Amino acid sequence: MIQYIMSAGSDILKNFIFFSKTMILIIPFVFVLIGLFEVWVKRETIEKHLGNESDLMGYFWAILLSMTTVGGVFVAFPIAYSLFKKGAALSVVFTYIGASAVCRIPMTVFEASLFGLKFTIIRLSVSLPLVIISSILLGRYLKSKKYEINEA
Amino acid sequence: MKYLHIFTLLAVIISFLFNRKKTFLALKVAVKKMKAVFLTFMGMLLIISVVLYIVPDTTIIKYLGNGNIWMGNFFAIVFGSITLLPGFIAFPLTSILLFKGVPYMVLSAFTTSLMMVGILTFPLEKKYLGVRVAVVRNVIGLIITISVALVTGVFYGEFL
Repeated sequence: MIQYIMSAGSDILKNFIFFSKTMILIIPFVFVLIGLFEVWVKRETIEKHLGNESDLMGYFWAILLSMTTVGGVFVAFPIAYSLFKKGAALSVVFTYIGASAVCRIPMTVFEASLFGLKFTIIRLSVSLPLVIISSILLGRYLKSKKYEINEA
Repeated sequence: MKYLHIFTLLAVIISFLFNRKKTFLALKVAVKKMKAVFLTFMGMLLIISVVLYIVPDTTIIKYLGNGNIWMGNFFAIVFGSITLLPGFIAFPLTSILLFKGVPYMVLSAFTTSLMMVGILTFPLEKKYLGVRVAVVRNVIGLIITISVALVTGVFYGEFL
């Protein structure tokens, strides 16, 4: 019994150390970039391209940015907050969050090479439009409720 | 990952050359933000480590490839929604699933829910989005997962 618990503990610890290492290699760098973004990028720039007055290009930029997101939700939410704070529209921010789940570049390339391009094209052409549509609906509803994204 | 490091380093250097004060402010912002979520991050990594121990990949393979496509889809979505598997585990796992002859429909249900729905990451998500919106976002993710799986099934002729 004791032996069993010991081996379980060491397996869990191994997992934990492995994840922590990967996180330490990614998270601090991303947060430095977020810091630079908040200090250097003007609010007007974000408002113009990603704000409520931006047209369809706002969604295009959000998806392009999401493709480069490394580290999944750990990184997507802090970035989403910074975008929101700088004046990006809620629908654009939610598009960014959703798209960062479905079309990160390394993942998509791996998937296409393993399952075939057909698989990836089906997945993206179904999920991306649904992400954009649901984000627009959610954004509109929440805007009327004066909703805000928190800084964790 | 290397590109991230090089890019960040270059960005800091360029920023420093243009404005030292602003650069220090940016670093201060980064540290402050990281402090705010550090404990949640670590707690979540710990929980994920434990769950991965309780539900090892052999279990996932057993349930997803059990022969019945609807049961396979069901378990794909259940496992995919609970766990947030990092790429370096999810990729090898899905290649084993493919090798075992798991239908494409089940594979797409698994990978999409893995990415869009996260029960274990909920504590982090609610910090940013609030409980209600975080729930709504996950439910939308679930609906998108089911849609993607159904369309994949149709295009690969796996049902109907």
